Order: sequence, then C-alpha cells, then structure tokens
Amino acid sequence: MDIKTIIDKYKAYRDKRIAKKGPNTFKRSVTRSAGGDVGIFIILGIVAVIMVLPMVYAIVQSLKPLDELWVFPPRFFVVNPTLKNFTDLFRLMGSSWVPFSRYIFNTVLISVVGTLGNVIFSSYAAYAIAKIKFPGRKFLFSIIVYSLMFNATVTSITNFITMSLLGWVDTYLAIIVPAFCTTFGLYLMKQFMETNVTDAVLESARLEGANENLIFWKIAMPMVKPAWITLLMLSFQGLWNTGANMYIYSEQLKTFNYAISQIVTAGVARAGVGSASMVVMMIVPITVFIITQSNVIQTMSTSGMKE
Amino acid sequence: MAKEKAIIRSDISRFRWTLLEMKKNWVGYLMVMPFFLLFFIFTVVPVVLSIMLSFTTFNMLELPQFVQMDNYIRLILDDDIFLIAIKNTMIFAAITGPGSYLLSLFFAWFINELRPKIRAIVTLFFYAPSISGNIYLIFTILFNGDQYGIVNAYAMKFGFISKPILFFADKNWIPTLVIVVALWTSLGSSFLMFIAGFQGINQELYEAGAVDGVRNRWQELWFITLPTMRPQLMLGAILAITQSFGFGAVITALAGFPSPDYCAHTIMHHLEDYGGTRFEMGYASAIATILFFMMIGANLLVNKVLRKVGS
Repeated sequence: MDIKTIIDKYKAYRDKRIAKKGPNTFKRSVTRSAGGDVGIFIILGIVAVIMVLPMVYAIVQSLKPLDELWVFPPRFFVVNPTLKNFTDLFRLMGSSWVPFSRYIFNTVLISVVGTLGNVIFSSYAAYAIAKIKFPGRKFLFSIIVYSLMFNATVTSITNFITMSLLGWVDTYLAIIVPAFCTTFGLYLMKQFMETNVTDAVLESARLEGANENLIFWKIAMPMVKPAWITLLMLSFQGLWNTGANMYIYSEQLKTFNYAISQIVTAGVARAGVGSASMVVMMIVPITVFIITQSNVIQTMSTSGMKE
Repeated sequence: MAKEKAIIRSDISRFRWTLLEMKKNWVGYLMVMPFFLLFFIFTVVPVVLSIMLSFTTFNMLELPQFVQMDNYIRLILDDDIFLIAIKNTMIFAAITGPGSYLLSLFFAWFINELRPKIRAIVTLFFYAPSISGNIYLIFTILFNGDQYGIVNAYAMKFGFISKPILFFADKNWIPTLVIVVALWTSLGSSFLMFIAGFQGINQELYEAGAVDGVRNRWQELWFITLPTMRPQLMLGAILAITQSFGFGAVITALAGFPSPDYCAHTIMHHLEDYGGTRFEMGYASAIATILFFMMIGANLLVNKVLRKVGS
C-alpha cells in the first residue's frame, strides 16, 4: 500500500466523519489537507516511538533473566520474562551497608515535606502578590521573573557557604528548605490566581469581615485547585529525582536516585537489577503525572508571560 | 473605588499615600514573607555574595582576601580547561536550547491535531523522559561499549562497523550522544505549556482567519496561532535557555567526571571542581558569576529578539 492510497483512505474516512458528526469533528478541515494530516501522524508516530523506546527497553531489560541479558547477539525483546531482577533489587536493598529502605525513606521524606512546604509557601506569596494591593508587589514579582533566567548552579557555591554557616551541611534541611521557594512555582500560582480568582468574591468576603488567611484557604485555594495540583506534581517529581548532592556526605542520608545511579554505573554485573531500579524509580513520577495531567494542562494555559 | 483613590492621592503626597497603603495591606507582607525570606537567603543573597566573592580568594577557613580581578584574569589567561568549558557550554546551550524549544513547539502543535484521549497518551510519551528520574542512564546500556550493547550489536550486524565502539569513553561520540540524551529529556514544562497554549486558542479566530484567506495550516500557525501564543512563547524561551545551561548532571552520569579529554566539560563541571572539590570559593564564585551573566545575557537577548518577531 503506497502513501497515496493511505491518504485517499484517510480522506474518505475524514469526509465520512465530518458528514456524520459535523465539521468540528476534524478541526477546521478547510486549512487541513489530508496529506498534511497523514504526514503529521507519521512523524508523530515515529518520534513517539523514539521517545518511548529507551523506556520500553528499560522495562524489557528489567524483566530479562540473566542468560537473556548476556545472549549474543543481544535481543531487544524478552523471551522468558521474570521478576528476578526486582526480587534481587529488594534483596540487595536489605543487604547493602546502608539498608536500601533507608534511601527510599530519605527520598520520600524529602519529596513529601519539600513539596508541601513549596505549595504552601508559594501559594501564600502568590495570593498576596496577585490579590492584595500592597506597595512593592510588582517589584517582588519582577525579581521572580529575572530569577527564572538562571538556574541553581549559579547559587550552589555561595549556598554551600550559607549552609555551613547555618550548620545544615549533611542534614535533610539543606535539601528540603531551599525547595520551599521555587520561583517557577510562585510564578505559576500567581498567573493562575490572577485570572481565576475573581475579585468580586474576595471583596464580598472581606466586607463580611473574613480575614485574608481565611479567604486564602476557603476561597482562593479551592478556586485554583488545578494550579496547586500542578505545583504539587512539578515539585514532587523534581524532589523525587534528587540525586547526588554536594551538601550531603553521610551515606545514610543519600537518596534513592543516588543509590540507583551507583548500582547502574557499578557495572555490567548488575545490568538487570539496574534496569529494575530505573523502572521502580520512574513509576512514581509517571503515575503522579497521569493522575494530574488534566489539571496540569489547565494550569499551564495561563502561565505565559504577559507584557 | 478608583475615583475615591484618585481624590486621596491628590490630597496627600505620594509618600504618605504609599505608607497608608502599606499599613492598610500589611497582611500582604506577612503572606509573602515566608517565601521571600527563604528566597532572599537561598537565591538573591547567593547571587550578590557570589559576585562579591569573585574578587577575593576564600577557602572557607580563613577570611576572604580581596584580590581585585585576579580570579577573572586567571580564568581567561591561565585556565585552558575553563576555555574548553566555556566552548562546550556554549555549544551545548546553542544546540539544546533552540533544539528543545523547537521540538516542544512543533510536537505540541502536532499533538494538538489528535483527539483528546490519544492526545493525553502521546503527551505522556513525550513528557515522561523529562520526569523519570535517571532513566537516561538506560542509554549507557543501549550504547554499551562491548558487543552486548544493542546499538553496537546491530551496527555490527548490518556492517556499519567492524568492532564495537566504546561510545561513552570516546571523545568523538560523547558530545553528540550527550546532546541527544539531553534533547530526549528536554520536553518538560515548556512543552506542556505549549500544548495548553494550543488548546486555549479561541476557535473563532481560526474561523475569522479562514474567511480572511488563511488556506493552510502553516499560514494558520504563522498568522493566527503564534501571535496569540506570544506569552507562552516568551516564557517557553526563558525556560528552554535556562534549562540548556543546566545539563551538567546528565553529562556527569553518562560520560563521567572529568569526561575523557574534557570533551564534555562544561562550566558547571568546572564550578563543581573548584567549589566542591578544591574549596577555592573565590575562584569558583568567579566561574559562577560568569555563568550567571551568560544565562541572563542569553535570556535578555532572545527576549529582545522574540519581542520584535510579532511587531
């Protein structure tokens, strides 16, 4: 079947659906040539496969028994899938010098506390900047916009000095507390609050004597649920992926991600276990994203930069 | 309301008015305080302090000593590896920045053509690599250096190469592979933002466009969609640029630190070397300061260009 017949078939299908369900079924078919549609689907399909293939390979690899991991020539797919790599991973977790469960505990603690703090701190600040007309709020927001323009590498050296002055080197605090004030989080919340929290509602609540804290929790936050769910997701996946860190020396304070990197780079002997740990590692953020996806898209639609 | 305010302002000086407003809205300061207190400690102060320390030598034990421009002079004249790092950083940023931006934009555009359910799934496929922890390490297994690596095996099978390539130990391969992996993981927040942007465009604009003679999807993208999405395009550019300077961790994980022949040595690695290992904080601060101005400079420049595009 050559490309011409595919396009013709698709065009027939498209015309049939438009006839049945009205022209909105396929967006603006005036500007959409059938050939272009097919071309886009093909490109999208190929690139989607390229994007997914490495992840599929990690999953496949994690299910391979030892003899299939070292078969020559290597095969992409697994013939006799086994969960042995996963059981090995958990056995390894029990027997390593620092129990593996400790790494997981560290990561969970950092992710949960850091995310909650981030959402609360950012939302409070975003609400005040968006909805309380105090002098200086525009200045504060412009600093936030500028700080979107560089990343944490720049501040890592001086932060190290700050952390040692505070005595936070080699504690959880060094990772958790700075995570409370992410600029992108505040930025997203502020943009969303500005468009989605109506001033009239706030005014009437204020007239009835509600204080700002109450208004924030009872009126503003429910109105911007998609935004804080998005922030929850972004913050969580960022912290979940915390790896080796210059502030942390003690082995028992290191994260799951760090431990996994050690297993994977430790060498070929643990290829299967390494893949299994990558799979364990990616399940959590992907699940969180699937649950939150519609909220995320909704939030992102207001996030652009207004001039 | 507005009228009342105007009267007050004409009665009293601007300064008094500001004070009154501050007093009236004091709770606003209370609410931004927790965030901005931490933000100043961990972001604003470090940047300022880093600029100040860059003119000193400081080893964390003795007090900083003022040395004028010595660190910068040493960086540019004596430190060959730093020049390599600058070159590599610029190459990585120049490819991954625009690369990830265009990938995000075009695939968001393509994905927008799909029906909602399929759209959600394909979005996940493209977004997943950027959130899946250190999944990029799978590339060390895919590109394993012996014949058990699947890429080597297939390349040998089809006769492209006669013996396995040590991909992540070969300075000719590392930069390319690292860029590919970086791009693979780069469809992040700006990608989602573009998807949201395409979905949020008012359909009536397209109908009006069709009446005005927009005949194909490229014209539609250029004349209707992109101008409407300017806010997203601007923020997306900032995120892409900032991200493009920050792929150091991916590079370290794939190519090791230091990388063979410093072929993938970036400013970030140099910073880590002097700050984290040698504790030459003054020198490291000078590196951080240069990186800071590079990022801000790149952002302001691109921002200026983007502003012109629409007008």
